[in-house]
Amino acid sequence: MSRIRTSLLSLASVLLIAPSAFAASEADYKAALAAAEAANKQAAGLRNQWTTTASTINAAKKAAEAGDFDKAVESANEAEALAKASIFQATSEKALWKDMEIR
Amino acid sequence: MRSAIRFASIGLALAALAFAGAPAAAADTVDPVADAKAFKKFFTDKFPKVKLEDFVNGPYSMDEDLYRQWQEKEQFPPYEFSLELGKEMFAKPFKNGKSYEDCFPNKGIGIRQNYPYFDEKEGKVVTLELALNRCREANGEPPFSYVRDEMAALTAYMAFTSRGKPFDIKIPNDPRALAAYENGKEYFYTRRGQLNFSCATCHVQSPGERIRAEVLAPALGILNAMPIYRSEWSGMGTTSRRFTTCNSQIRGVPFNPQDDEYRNVEYYLSYVSNGLPISGPGARP
Repeated sequence: MSRIRTSLLSLASVLLIAPSAFAASEADYKAALAAAEAANKQAAGLRNQWTTTASTINAAKKAAEAGDFDKAVESANEAEALAKASIFQATSEKALWKDMEIR
Repeated sequence: MRSAIRFASIGLALAALAFAGAPAAAADTVDPVADAKAFKKFFTDKFPKVKLEDFVNGPYSMDEDLYRQWQEKEQFPPYEFSLELGKEMFAKPFKNGKSYEDCFPNKGIGIRQNYPYFDEKEGKVVTLELALNRCREANGEPPFSYVRDEMAALTAYMAFTSRGKPFDIKIPNDPRALAAYENGKEYFYTRRGQLNFSCATCHVQSPGERIRAEVLAPALGILNAMPIYRSEWSGMGTTSRRFTTCNSQIRGVPFNPQDDEYRNVEYYLSYVSNGLPISGPGARP
């Protein structure tokens, strides 16, 4: 009986600890932020930054300052995705704008 | 909110991918005269009841109720204070004794319809707002903000002295001028911002339609009424303010006022409205 109890306690401990084993670290956040900022810099070079990229980068920084690196990484990844979408838009529009032209 | 953003971004990427395989348009020759003709035809075909010269009245030309409201509003126009201020500012000499009169042809009166112009010496487009600030700086005065009331007041007065005069924008025989025009056109039709809008999305595809509570203005003649008093802003707005605000509304980071992109798009939009009368300063909902 005590063995069963011990096993259950061990299982519960593992389950409780497991999520923190996958928690993002400050290093993860820094890497994600660097990737987002690099993509946003590329968008700036194409003269096509989105306001939402900047606000999402700011959200990542705020979360990191508060010590919430899970949220910080999530926001930084989202900012990178937004920046990459803006790069894609700028690149594809180089040819696509003509489709809309009045002729 | 996050999932909506992600969804919108994925949608944008998929839409862009769908078009990525389409063959690029054949290289075109730049023909501003043909462009302007096609531009006017597009709008007059789309709105056969609107007279060509009425397009300068923006949303009021698209909606009968708004037109009536506007005519009543014009009895005591909301831009009147700005106009009076602009007249005073224009006449007041700089500290060195010179004034705006000294910087412009015909002492700055009745010349709005000729701006922007292509300056062959500089190799770039010069807008009226830019010329006003250059005049100030050349006379030892600090430049005004391009998006604030002082610039709106000055341009309001200058537009008023040109009311009824048709836009008369020239493209000199200079490849740089043609390039500026073409770049302005590209900017006008290029989708940007997270909402994936171009200027044309609202002002070519959807004039007369509502976007929230507002009726969208047609691109034809859209700059003839500048600067404008906007009830939404509770104040006056310059062309620079209009461009930068449009960009941020579609979630694009705006450029600095009078960056090349804005100067070029003003050049393009003004040119294709050649022949339509200056109606500024205007008032908009």
